[in-house]
Amino acid sequence: MPDPIRVLTSRVALFDADDVDTDQIFPAQFLKVTERKGLSKYLFYRWRYDEAGNPLGSFILDVEGFRDSKILLTGRNFGIGSSRENAVWALTEFGIRCVISSSFGDIFYNNASKNGLLCVRLGDDAADAMRNSVREGKLVVSVDLEKQTISYPGNQFAFEIEPHIKERLLRGADDIAFTINNYEEEIRGYEARMPKYMLPFRP
Amino acid sequence: MAFESLRVSGRRVRRPDLTFAVMDHNVPTGDRSVPVSEALSANQMLTLQKNTNEYGITLFDLQSPMQGISHVIGPELGLTLPGLTFTCGDSHSSTHGALGSLALGIGTSEGEHVFATQTIWLRRLKQFAVNLRGVLSECVTSKDVILSIIRTIGTGGAIGHVVEFRGPTVAKMSLEERMTMTNMTIEGGARTSIIEPDQKVFDYIRDGPFAPRGRDWDEAMEFWRTLGSDHEARYDRSLDVDVDPIEPQVSWGTNPAMTVGVTESVPSLGDFHDAGDRLAAEKALKYMGLLPNQRISDIPIDAVFIGSCTNARLSDLIAAARVLKGRRVSSSIRAMVVPGSQSVKRRAESLGLHRLFTEAGFEWRNSGCSMCIAMNEDKLSPGERCASTSNRNFENRQGPGGRTHLVSPLTAAAAAIEGRFVDVRDYGVASVEELGLEGAVVA
Ligand code: SF4
Repeated sequence: MPDPIRVLTSRVALFDADDVDTDQIFPAQFLKVTERKGLSKYLFYRWRYDEAGNPLGSFILDVEGFRDSKILLTGRNFGIGSSRENAVWALTEFGIRCVISSSFGDIFYNNASKNGLLCVRLGDDAADAMRNSVREGKLVVSVDLEKQTISYPGNQFAFEIEPHIKERLLRGADDIAFTINNYEEEIRGYEARMPKYMLPFRP
Repeated sequence: MAFESLRVSGRRVRRPDLTFAVMDHNVPTGDRSVPVSEALSANQMLTLQKNTNEYGITLFDLQSPMQGISHVIGPELGLTLPGLTFTCGDSHSSTHGALGSLALGIGTSEGEHVFATQTIWLRRLKQFAVNLRGVLSECVTSKDVILSIIRTIGTGGAIGHVVEFRGPTVAKMSLEERMTMTNMTIEGGARTSIIEPDQKVFDYIRDGPFAPRGRDWDEAMEFWRTLGSDHEARYDRSLDVDVDPIEPQVSWGTNPAMTVGVTESVPSLGDFHDAGDRLAAEKALKYMGLLPNQRISDIPIDAVFIGSCTNARLSDLIAAARVLKGRRVSSSIRAMVVPGSQSVKRRAESLGLHRLFTEAGFEWRNSGCSMCIAMNEDKLSPGERCASTSNRNFENRQGPGGRTHLVSPLTAAAAAIEGRFVDVRDYGVASVEELGLEGAVVA
């Protein structure tokens, strides 16, 4: 079960690229690893390593002072493409707990919410302002999930989040237990009503 | 990994009878009588075998005659039905929406939730109507339509929406043509997509081994016929597309929105007004080894891949065959056909298509995802340039350093012959009748 999130305070790492798909976050060639641990070494692999597999050291998360950043600020449309949850696991194992972008791929967004990774959708203007502040100096921000705010000296932005996702992240909750404890009756009722023609034919 | 986590928490699969598994992403497409040579893939397949065994789930493994890409076999086997809610751990699950099912691509944690509860949490999706009107030009396909739509709306254009394709042009399309569009809506950011089911859908699934039979079939039909969209339905967004002017499309960049018509040129950097877009285009051109303003028809290619859940159904192979009949692949080109399922492969072979392909110089392989994702041995080498009927042209998607141009099966076949992109509209393409496919049912 993921650790709950309330307030995250960290230096912001800026990865200023739009349309970062999950292939870039976690390349397909590593999908065959059947363990869930150790995935962070493949995070942003092609941004961080050369063709021979040697670290380039230039990617923001490898730069001194940003290795421990918990907050990643990115361009538009982060996490589009393939549904691979490995992208989320690699980020969280690396230590990222919050990604800020003006929009996210839908499946990535869902996957993140199940793994204690907060995705903050920030309007383009606010995101631009924040990007500029990061470029000007080393920016430390506080993300307060309870209050739904991002703040740093001289600035505060509010953000929207779906109530059930907020709840889940705040409590680090086990979704399955929640569903079973609250909806078992309904599920059973539905199953009893399901017409036979909706079930796969079995000889 | 969803199984592993289920086991750790002591949970079971609630409805193994409603759960199916297939090996598709990493399977070899060569000789299936020899052991899988790649250790990681072999291990992954073995793990799936053990897990499905333990939980009592039907598995279509490498040897199964029903094996194929999940989005090809679902409709083929009568597993995907109108009105059904369908989930699969793959983003292109939207494909199944062409049958009028609510089809959702999910991640591993959501998959585990489905295993354990047979339900999924979903916030209400916004609705996006794409109304298609007009008549497609000869040799322009639904692949060209969806590529041009993604070019219009962008890769994030439909985020948070379910895209519904509507209108007279959709009604005229075959189910397989519709599936090519629902398959790729995900590349426009859509959560999924849907089309109202009609008789073509019912005919397609009728003989599937898992489709309802007898009285159940009649009852199902009664229900399915109620699933049309309301005429006065309101949508959060809509887009009207006149398909008449659409020409064959070719992607030039590293996401599917970076696409132009075959008679156009690669854009010039001055075409991009947004600084971010310009930077992305510059980066894409560098990766693709292309110059601004280069004409699409001047781009030489090295490889052709006809396959994937977008364009590897029987009608796609027939379309490519129409171009290939009586012609030979350019000597500098490596070309392969990977049927979307073993059933597609068998049906194609019964029509003699495998001979037509191999005589033209194509490799004829077993089914799987293959060079769409390059998780098996089928991959491009660095710098190699491929005309591909798949759906993603991301960097390294078809192999490290590989360069992908997304096209329709017709355009891919013509490119194989010429060694570069040509306008297939004036290329002299045989009609289906001229192919002489005895008893062919073009779905
Ligand atoms: S064919 Fe390609 S896009 Fe389709 S399921 Fe396989 S890997 Fe994914």
